[in-house]
Amino acid sequence: MKIIKKIINLIKKYYKFILITVLVYLLVEILNGTIPIVPRLLNRYYMQILMFALINIIMTVSLNLINGFTGQFSIGHAGFMCIGAYTSAYFTTILFKAAKMAYFPQLTLFIFSLIMGGLMAAIAGYLIGLPTLKLKGDYLAIITLAFGEIVRSIVRASDEIAAFLKQIGLVQYSETIAKISGPRGLSTIPALSKFWLVYFIAILSVIIMRNFIYSTHGRACLSIRENEVAAETMGINTTRYKIIAFSMSAFFAGVGGGLFAHVLRFIHPDNFSFIKSIDYLIYLYAGGMGSITGSILAATGLTILPEFLRVINFQQWRMVIYPLLLIILMLRKPEGIFGKREFSFLVPKRKEVN
Amino acid sequence: MTKKQLSDSINNNILTYNKLTNWKKYVIISIIILFFLFLYILSFGIQSFLQQLVNGIQLGSIYALIALGYTMVYGIVRLINFAHGDLFMFGAYISYFLGNYFIAHNFHYSFIIVLILSMAFTALLGMTIERIAYRPLRFKPRLAALITALGVSLFLENFFALSADNVPFPLNKIVFGPRFLAFPALIVPKTYNLAGISINNIKILDLIITVILMILLQYIVKKTMIGKAMRAVAFNKDACLMMGININNIISITFGIGTSLAAAAGTLFALTYGQLGSPYLGIWPGLKAFIAAVLGGIGSIPGAMLGSYVMGISETFATSINSNFGYGIAFVILIVVLIFKPAGLLGKFTKEKV
Repeated sequence: MKIIKKIINLIKKYYKFILITVLVYLLVEILNGTIPIVPRLLNRYYMQILMFALINIIMTVSLNLINGFTGQFSIGHAGFMCIGAYTSAYFTTILFKAAKMAYFPQLTLFIFSLIMGGLMAAIAGYLIGLPTLKLKGDYLAIITLAFGEIVRSIVRASDEIAAFLKQIGLVQYSETIAKISGPRGLSTIPALSKFWLVYFIAILSVIIMRNFIYSTHGRACLSIRENEVAAETMGINTTRYKIIAFSMSAFFAGVGGGLFAHVLRFIHPDNFSFIKSIDYLIYLYAGGMGSITGSILAATGLTILPEFLRVINFQQWRMVIYPLLLIILMLRKPEGIFGKREFSFLVPKRKEVN
Repeated sequence: MTKKQLSDSINNNILTYNKLTNWKKYVIISIIILFFLFLYILSFGIQSFLQQLVNGIQLGSIYALIALGYTMVYGIVRLINFAHGDLFMFGAYISYFLGNYFIAHNFHYSFIIVLILSMAFTALLGMTIERIAYRPLRFKPRLAALITALGVSLFLENFFALSADNVPFPLNKIVFGPRFLAFPALIVPKTYNLAGISINNIKILDLIITVILMILLQYIVKKTMIGKAMRAVAFNKDACLMMGININNIISITFGIGTSLAAAAGTLFALTYGQLGSPYLGIWPGLKAFIAAVLGGIGSIPGAMLGSYVMGISETFATSINSNFGYGIAFVILIVVLIFKPAGLLGKFTKEKV
């Protein structure tokens, strides 16, 4: 009985959030034709764009944790995504053949592979978090950029690495690495990312981020952003919190990468170049640093905008209009669309203290 | 404290900073570098080593010209000007059109005229961009200007890549089109053989022009009134306002000089490789040059030169072993250097005071 009461209390507290997420989900499913009320309006192309928008939400919200809330400056987010994508594709495509499995084992394997991808990315995030002990500002940015590009060039050199391993005599490892086929791209990845799953993970990551930010640890991260020296004087272990922020953000980026690989069904190291990291940076700053709402809306809007321009026959001009709108937005509102404001349902209500 | 005591204490501080307290580190690093060079000579021969050195110096000169622009702009406004690589592209294309015109009209000394005109046009574009996109954000959050720079970069690439057939009248004279273009032979290449090493007259020209421009830049920054004002603005903007220095003009001039150097690099790049791929060609040289500027210590002009030559030479050596290896080596060197010297090779590490 206690549990049921607790759940009812939670629903009462967050009914707006639950209502909005459920309504958006139902709307998409109705338009997609899964729930047959109106004729199908969204074809598979539109659904793919929506899934990319959701993945971009995961990526942008996780980048927000480093750049927006902890005040560090990372521009190598695609590197984490690359690690996540390759790890999860390794599990579903190379190690086990998920395409031939039944539904539930397949789903379990996919979720397991996503978590593994996230963990691998988090380990990388931890390693990248270590130099933050010494570096700050633009130098940190360059290190993260370099990290992303190193990940990419390692994957690109997978053939050479396999040949090298064969020379030393580690034949079984060399065979697995050769299957990644870096420079040619990894294809035949099963299409496991269904809309409901991507949607669910996106919502989950937003909730986890929001809970983290309003927790004690999140407060510590915010204090590092506001003034690192002052935070240290107040007894906050700044190094530890920076590393926590980096690994946590990298974890979600890895999960996002895994989902991305199973939507696109083909991954190539050049998918995860510096240009991809720049995309996430643009979504983040356009939405407003330090605002989850801003990240969500900007990631959705700016993913859909270029495709929308394509649909209304602006094929040629779409990539010219997109940066122009971005420049105008930044000139008009330098702190982003939302600044640091949030939707009210994303902010926890404080208990009155007497 | 008297004036003399003050100057003495400052001198002492500078001396203690320059003192090689940990000379062992430098000895070990140089031994490691020499070891790698020795290994290279053993496996590929001394001739191949010298040939790669020549190629590396030529690549390094082009990087150096781009990196100088990056470093100047960063030093004065603390902005990573991501559009710099695209100004490099613009310079290369402008000199393509001018070169074709001059060759058709049989001009003498056409290369020098093309170089100077291309530098002038690109400087105009750079100053316009600064006026429109960066000046309104000068006293706003620093990262807003960064996103605008990204927007400008995307805009320049995608706008000039439009093909002239699908663009309305006044604009179709400006766009470059996405196609591959052969650069006019402004200087007929002659190959000299020096003890088995082939040296091109264009390679020599690259080095000479780079050195001339560097000396000119050093003269402007160190000896003229404008250079003094530039250094003052980089040091403290508010004090400059009180001293009657027009910050806007000085920053505009700095952008002009920086972008004209990028245009010179673009012209030399196009002349050396004899081709223009597409308007996206500026992305990777721009990124590499930026990394070189950071490697040398961003904001310092000798640092940018040193970093660029280190980058260029190490990249050609690594590429001669394996192309994927050559791509990643730049970033590996960067990370190693930044871990040991967090402010780059020649940068000053300022301790934060509370």
